[in-house]
Order: sequence, then C-alpha cells, then structure tokens
Amino acid sequence: MDSTTLIGIVSIITAGVTIALGSIAPALGEGRAVSTALTSLAQQPDAASTITRTLFVGLAMIESIAIYCLVISMILIFANPFWNHVIAQSAGK
Amino acid sequence: MRLSPDALVFWRYGFLVLNSTIVTTWALMLVMTVAAKLVTRKLATEGSISRWQGLLEIVVTTIQRQIKEVGLQHPEKYLGFIGTLFLFIAVSNLCAIVPGYEPPTGSLSTTSALAISVFVAVQLFGIDEQGLGGYLKSYLKPTVIMLPFNIISELSRTFALAIRLFGNIMSGTMIVGILLTITPLIFPIFMNLLGLLTGMVQAYIFSILATVYIAAATRTREG
Repeated sequence: MDSTTLIGIVSIITAGVTIALGSIAPALGEGRAVSTALTSLAQQPDAASTITRTLFVGLAMIESIAIYCLVISMILIFANPFWNHVIAQSAGK
Repeated sequence: MRLSPDALVFWRYGFLVLNSTIVTTWALMLVMTVAAKLVTRKLATEGSISRWQGLLEIVVTTIQRQIKEVGLQHPEKYLGFIGTLFLFIAVSNLCAIVPGYEPPTGSLSTTSALAISVFVAVQLFGIDEQGLGGYLKSYLKPTVIMLPFNIISELSRTFALAIRLFGNIMSGTMIVGILLTITPLIFPIFMNLLGLLTGMVQAYIFSILATVYIAAATRTREG
C-alpha cells in the first residue's frame, strides 16, 4: 500500500471519526444547559431576558467545541495539506 | 468546492492579491456607509419620522441597552466599536440571501481580523479605564502564579472568537453547496434559512462576547 492510498484512507476515516466523536459531548452539554435554563425560567419568569441572553452565550461557548471538530474534519476532506503534497509529488513524477 | 472565498482571486500582482473576500468586504462597507448617510441626512425629532430612521433608532437603542445590561456603565463609549462589529457581521451574513454571494466572514482572514481587533480593543479600553499600571496589575490577580494562565486565556479567547465565527459561516455555505449536488430541489432552501438564522445568532454572540470581555477588563476590582 503506497503512501498516497494510506494518506487517503486515514484522512477519510479520521474526518468521519472526528466529527462523530466530537459532537457527542457538546450535544449533551447543550441539552443540560437548556434544560437548566428552562427550569430557572419557570421559577423566575421576570428574569427571562437575562436568562435567555446568558443561555445563548453559554450555548455558543459549548457549540464552539463542536465547531473546532467540524473545522478539522472539513480541512481533512477539502484542504488536506498531506494529500495535496502527495498528489503534487505524484503529478510531478 | 471552495473552502473559503479567499480562493477566488480576481487580480494578482506580486504578493498583492485581490480576492473575493476583499472585494465583498469593501462592497459591504460601501453599501452600509452610503445607506447610513442617506438615512441620516434629515434627522427629525418630532413630526413624521421616516421609517428608516425609526429602524436605525431601534437598532442603536437596542445595542445600547444590551451593552448597559452586560454591565458597562457608559455605553456611548463602546457603542461605536460593538455596534460596528454587530452590524458588519449581521449584514454580511444576511446578504447570503443574494444569489452568487459568499459571506466574507466565511474566510478565516476576516474573522481573525475581527478577533484581533477585539483583543486590541479590550487592552485599550482596559488601559483607558484603569491606567496602564492598574491594568497590567490585573493580570496578576488573584495570585502572581496565575499570570501565564491569564495570558493564555486571553489568547485562547481571541482564537475561539475567530474559529467560532469562521466555522459557523463556512459550514453553512459548505452544506448548501454539498446539498445542491445531492438533492437540489427544496432541501438547500431550508439549509440556507438555517444559515441565515445562525448568521444572525453568531453576529449577536460575537458582539456580546466582545462586550463581556471589555466589561471584564474595565471592571475596577475593589480590594
């Protein structure tokens, strides 16, 4: 198995596994955050705007973990430097 | 399929490159400045107020109220910077409804520039509020051992701001592009709608986080 094939296989598998594993924990965290926010909204409806704003900020921070994994995945599929290097080498030969 | 609008180059001379990001950014700046100038030509305080002036007043007073709610006492000082951040990111994401348009915030260069300007603004506002010595001393709170961690947290906050905005917008345009090749009938429209929604949410998040960082830097600690 030459290096081109190996790099292709590993990139594809890693891209899939990255986004699959990387979105489990942020999804669970966001679920807990929203459920706690809903509980406190039910208990104190007049603080609704503060709770909603804090909820959105917290969700964005949690979401960015999943975004990091998505960016790595996209880079591996669409802008893979190792793949480009190895393709340029085999094209030059 | 392009990862970012940086790849579409219109003109190149040596190391100077004119790519789609720069052209779109300048076009957006031109459109927003001209529109603002046209709306504020004849400002009225009573009588019949034009609806565009009403719209702009709603936007400005809402941003001012949000800044005040986060905890900054004089929102007029920060309204220019934070309002600009919110309006630029919101308009650039909202114009995705125009066909053939790629948001400049889908390029890591634009989002890094915005995040670096937030970083610099936090330092400047902190020094302006607490003086140079007082602001630098705030990095030593609560103990001197926390100095490297405070610095690392500053840098990682900037990095996270850039990557968050870039990842959200880039994945939105990428999803629509991929779906257009698979199921071109109606599904890409829903994903485009979702992209508009996340674009507005990300604009709000970016400016609120910038406000929170500035509030943390300008808060004079007692004791």
